[in-house]
Amino acid sequence: MRRFLRPGHDPVRERLKRDLFQFNKTVEHGFPHQPSALGYSPCLRLMAIGTRSGAIKLYGAPGVEFMGLHEENNTVVQIHFIPDQCQLVTLLDDNSLHLWSLKQHGGASELREEHRFTLKGPPGSPPSATQITAVLPHSSREVLYLGTESGNIFVVELPSFRVLEDRTITPEAVLQRVPEDYCNRRSCELVEALREHPKNPDQILIGYSRGLIFLWDLQNNKVTHLFLGTQQLENLHWQRDGSKFVSCHYDGSYTQWPVSSDNRQPEPLENLVPYGPFPCKAISKIYWQTTKNGLPYIIFQGGMPRASYGDRHSISVVHGSQQTAFDFTSRVIDFFIIFSSEPTAEFDDPSAMVVLAEEELVVIDLKTAGWPAVHPPYLASLHCSAITCSHHVSNIPLKLWERIISAGSKQNIHYSNMPWPIDGGTSIAPDPPQRDLLLTGHEDGTVRFWDASGVCLHLLYKLSTVRVFLTDADPNDNMNTLGEDEWPPLRKVGTFDPYSDDPRLGIQKIYLCKYSGYLAVAGTAGQVLVMELNDEDAEHVVDHAEADLLQDQEGYRWKGHEKLKTRDGPVRFEAGFQPFVLVQCQPPAVVTSLALHSEWKLVAFGTSHGFGLFDHQQKRLVFVKCTLHPSDQLALEGPLSRVKSLKKSLRQSFRRIRRSRVSSRKRRGGSGNVQEANAKFDQDTLQEMELAPVQRKIEARSAEDSFTGFVRTLYFADTFLRDSSRHCPSLWAGTNGGTVYAFCLRVPPAERRMDEPVRAEQAKEIQLMHRAPVVGILVLDGHSTPLPEPLEVAHDLSKSPDMQGSHQLLVVSEEQFKVFTLPKVSSKLKLKLTALEGCRVRKVTVANFSSCKTDDYSENDLAVLTNLGDIQIISLPFLKLQIRYPCIRKEDVSGIASCVFTKYGQGFYLISPSEFERFSLSTKWLVEPRCIVDMPEVTSNNHVRPKSGMENTARKSRLNCCSVKGQWRVPPLMLEHQEVTADLTLMDILQEFHSKRLGMFSDACRLLHCQHMIKPF
Amino acid sequence: MVGEVQVMNSSLLVLYNLSYEFGAEFRRFSLDRYQPGKFEDFYKLILHIHHIANLEVMIGYADVHGDLLPINNDDNFLKAVSSANLLLRVFIQRQDEVDYSNFGTNTLSRKKKALVTLRNDNLRRRPHINISMPHDFRPVSSIIDVDILPETHRRVRLYRHGCEKPLGFYIRDGTSVRVTPHGLEKVPGIFISRMVPGGLAESTGLLAVNDEVLEVNGIEVAGKTLDQVTDMMIANSHNLIITVKPANQRNNIIRSSRMSGSSGQSTDSTASHHSLPTSHVLQNFHPDEMESDEEADIVIEGGLEPQHIPKLHSLTSSSLSRINGSSLSHRLQRDLALNNNSGRESNGNIHKLLSSLKTDPRHSLVIPRGGIEEDGTVITL
Repeated sequence: MRRFLRPGHDPVRERLKRDLFQFNKTVEHGFPHQPSALGYSPCLRLMAIGTRSGAIKLYGAPGVEFMGLHEENNTVVQIHFIPDQCQLVTLLDDNSLHLWSLKQHGGASELREEHRFTLKGPPGSPPSATQITAVLPHSSREVLYLGTESGNIFVVELPSFRVLEDRTITPEAVLQRVPEDYCNRRSCELVEALREHPKNPDQILIGYSRGLIFLWDLQNNKVTHLFLGTQQLENLHWQRDGSKFVSCHYDGSYTQWPVSSDNRQPEPLENLVPYGPFPCKAISKIYWQTTKNGLPYIIFQGGMPRASYGDRHSISVVHGSQQTAFDFTSRVIDFFIIFSSEPTAEFDDPSAMVVLAEEELVVIDLKTAGWPAVHPPYLASLHCSAITCSHHVSNIPLKLWERIISAGSKQNIHYSNMPWPIDGGTSIAPDPPQRDLLLTGHEDGTVRFWDASGVCLHLLYKLSTVRVFLTDADPNDNMNTLGEDEWPPLRKVGTFDPYSDDPRLGIQKIYLCKYSGYLAVAGTAGQVLVMELNDEDAEHVVDHAEADLLQDQEGYRWKGHEKLKTRDGPVRFEAGFQPFVLVQCQPPAVVTSLALHSEWKLVAFGTSHGFGLFDHQQKRLVFVKCTLHPSDQLALEGPLSRVKSLKKSLRQSFRRIRRSRVSSRKRRGGSGNVQEANAKFDQDTLQEMELAPVQRKIEARSAEDSFTGFVRTLYFADTFLRDSSRHCPSLWAGTNGGTVYAFCLRVPPAERRMDEPVRAEQAKEIQLMHRAPVVGILVLDGHSTPLPEPLEVAHDLSKSPDMQGSHQLLVVSEEQFKVFTLPKVSSKLKLKLTALEGCRVRKVTVANFSSCKTDDYSENDLAVLTNLGDIQIISLPFLKLQIRYPCIRKEDVSGIASCVFTKYGQGFYLISPSEFERFSLSTKWLVEPRCIVDMPEVTSNNHVRPKSGMENTARKSRLNCCSVKGQWRVPPLMLEHQEVTADLTLMDILQEFHSKRLGMFSDACRLLHCQHMIKPF
Repeated sequence: MVGEVQVMNSSLLVLYNLSYEFGAEFRRFSLDRYQPGKFEDFYKLILHIHHIANLEVMIGYADVHGDLLPINNDDNFLKAVSSANLLLRVFIQRQDEVDYSNFGTNTLSRKKKALVTLRNDNLRRRPHINISMPHDFRPVSSIIDVDILPETHRRVRLYRHGCEKPLGFYIRDGTSVRVTPHGLEKVPGIFISRMVPGGLAESTGLLAVNDEVLEVNGIEVAGKTLDQVTDMMIANSHNLIITVKPANQRNNIIRSSRMSGSSGQSTDSTASHHSLPTSHVLQNFHPDEMESDEEADIVIEGGLEPQHIPKLHSLTSSSLSRINGSSLSHRLQRDLALNNNSGRESNGNIHKLLSSLKTDPRHSLVIPRGGIEEDGTVITL
């Protein structure tokens, strides 16, 4: 009965808990999901990205990041920085305007929403009268010009958003000047572009979508120049001196117009269809950048020949005879050019082009010949191939760190050396406390090594396992090698490549030994690769072995995919991690667990059929163990047959979501109706789904359940397995059916390591009565401390484990935590999580928590993520719940499946296919952005003198000196990006699945995997 | 044949009265009130006295409330003797004439009054079932904590230890109406949505479709999702205690002033010994019982033969289980041979062996059909 009593409130422990644990979502790594708008402030040198879910993110120098979220969660359509201010205005797709400011508070800058405003027309006017299509923040910083669908241009005062009605520019005023023959009723509908004259702030250029362009004088409230375009207008761009401007059009042409002082009707100087003569797609944005040598850079988006290249997402750069059409793998949202913003400079002298595509950020160096790409220090596209698993290694030794960086730098030679051009703001966060690596496994068979030490998640090195195998695609096939005289001169840029040649290559499990540099990687088709870090290129043969986990059983037929074909003969590997052993499981089912012991030179792997142990020193299979239940037909047939229908329904739901998104690109004409129809459709289908009664079967687990043999966890331990006097190496395996197997290993001493075989003998088998999947196994030493990692003691980084006192075995199942004695296994202590709270363990790790008050106190606890998305901290060895934090929404299945904990109480989980949320449970280890953006110094003539780099550095060092770590913190703004519809559908399907009791977790995740999302195991 | 036995209040003296259907015969003999001996002996004695050794009879007695209760094991024999007030009236019936539905009701003193029964009509009208000696039985379900729960609630315990039947019910989301300080309020609730025919839940007759689930093993389900409640029930499935608010409130127990336990078939009398409940405290849990499932984890220790790679070719059996389980089944057989000379055909022997494998012999393991299943080296109970 004691467990029903409230836990005693020990005030000392409660105080200690406050010093140890604290939950914060600190920073989002990766690329924003569904970006929808881009903005740039040349004076602040900050870039802003808005998303479909209403988030805005500001980025400057590495480490300078701000995040904001519109309450409405509506799509951000436009972002405009107020010139020379730490302020920006966002336009959402609900036609609301929001003013955000960066203000310093407590020593660091913060992004805050100051005002919101919705333009209201006179009573009875149609909604299009006030539907904003173009926004121009005037350089006076006092007013905003708002172009609308009706053709009216409203003027609102800043920051109050008061409409200055007497200054509204109406189409009627314009039409008076328009010649009769050009004029028609609709020529002044929809303001497409508003541009301030670069030299004269009293003049603004106004472009209507029908092609009419005019220059408006603000002082006299009249039209000074009219430009009678004949093509549907897309955008306008002033040349630097204000003598000319360029308009770009729907038919793929651009036109240069002179602005002369005389009163003649201006005629276009030049009208060009760059990719003519056949019909072309629209040019939606254009830059005309002047240079010292006289040859301008003409940079425009789109304009490709409609028939043959109409599907390309391109931006063309033309400079004299050089012309390249940069070809992006995803839709271009927007782009800007970084050029000299010095007001006194005579020329633009563009230095870089920054392109926000739907799935990645690409920066092109325009100063270096060949226009190479710049390697971004942040906003990495984590999902350039879908993430299938992740693995975190804390506190990497400097030696290994440098070797990985050096291997990575050899891969990055094609990148530009240009320093990162977006360098506004100053990071004042303390240096990261240690070097941390986050490894992500991808569907295309690659493993990416990320520097996860600080705020910027930065790619260090990319490892590909593809070379070991024979695949349909030729690895030497290079998309970029186009002939010299290809037209258009397309050049693929960016890394986002969602298409996997072969899904069997997908990486499922990663284990890196940070001391030895051994890496084990396991994949979808039962492949296990053991690799070693080599600083040089090398060509060698990969030793190949097969592990028959069914042990030639008759009557079983694997209906899943085939195993991967291997390459015969030596294979050339680039510097970095090079495979030397390949073990292929038979049947080639997904590898579900992996463990590597670098000291014993053993690798253990498990699938849904069983597990095996491989000696990678002698390159010999030590043993295999089949864990399969004879009645488990599902495990034998492979996953394909029964997932099919579900896959289909999932795909349909995704398609529906996608459809509804496409229509929301721009609000024009009848698109509103389409959206409504889509919304109704979504609602109807949801209602249909709800009509089906949701019920759950209550049934005890039985041995006949599916996937009981599925090996969920493997663990090496040097402990007392047989008797209490002698300890020995051991391998532990836990299955989905609640079985734990323990094998006693005999590893020959180092001097005879190659001569004698490693032997294994089954010593124990524990069947947990509740049969819940075993998700973690851990041995605690005589001091109840978890056993150290292999080689940790050898490298003097950990105390030797206590071998005097008796060891204990901790088995974590999805439902219970149980401590058993060793060597005789008898239950000692338990925490029945599911029976008490109805939640199940999804992820569990031992984490070390240090006190923020005293330097010498730290303790080990279990960090647990449940299926409800809660994080719980459970003490060791007494299994007392310490604290619970809600972290991930329980509907966010992929988020929960992707969560990884670090050894020091931080963690990561995917909030979208491309973004990791970083969180911290510790009071001591916090990695979050902390930065300052200074107000630009405004000179008398309203122009800005940017600070010199020298000043910035000086400032930074000064701030670094005075910043005391972590004494003051801001509650970070949280972002929830998930689409409601996506989640609901997914959840419904999952629940339906659950009710069928078909091993919900594994299958659901496999499905997610099919959809290029995350793989959990 | 109906017989009556009267037991005198004296600790040693027993007045014995036997009556045939249309007459009575009195016998008297002595029984120690506190150590009456074994039921078996008592049964034999009665048969002997009445010269009906060749007949199968059922012995019953009238308790202090006048309820007809069976005497068929040592426990209720002891209870019958020790609780008898002056006279113990004993009824002897031929086994095939016994009307089981009469047991536990006020058959003697208040015949056919508005009876309070916990069984549903279905069960009552069931034709005679030939029930063998109760020690071959184990509890399947019970209503517990009757005295501490509101009359509108019912706490049902389902024992699934080794039961072949599936638990067999489904739950769903729904709304229930609660009385709150602000008046009636609709709140979300969890309800039983379906019973699996032939399942444990259905066969008890204690749970029904549309019953609202209030607690699972003492934990309130309010505020928990359907999935959470599902997981909690499955996690407790070995010994599931559900507090429900039955949809049909007509069959509720009407609590009277008398001690519980009198209609002992359906309520656990143990509950009444405990003090009043604090919230969430299940009265009926002995701490030992709570732990019962814990000890049930099966641990197989010892020197199993190593598995060699490459695999021995001699093991070319067609059955997977034989191969994987080879080493263990050898060991099992060896142990069986050591412990019992009769070999492994006997369920009872395996039972004993398994009991000895466990650390705590308190709990009887009941072997499901098929006894031990060997698949791999797993023993499934």
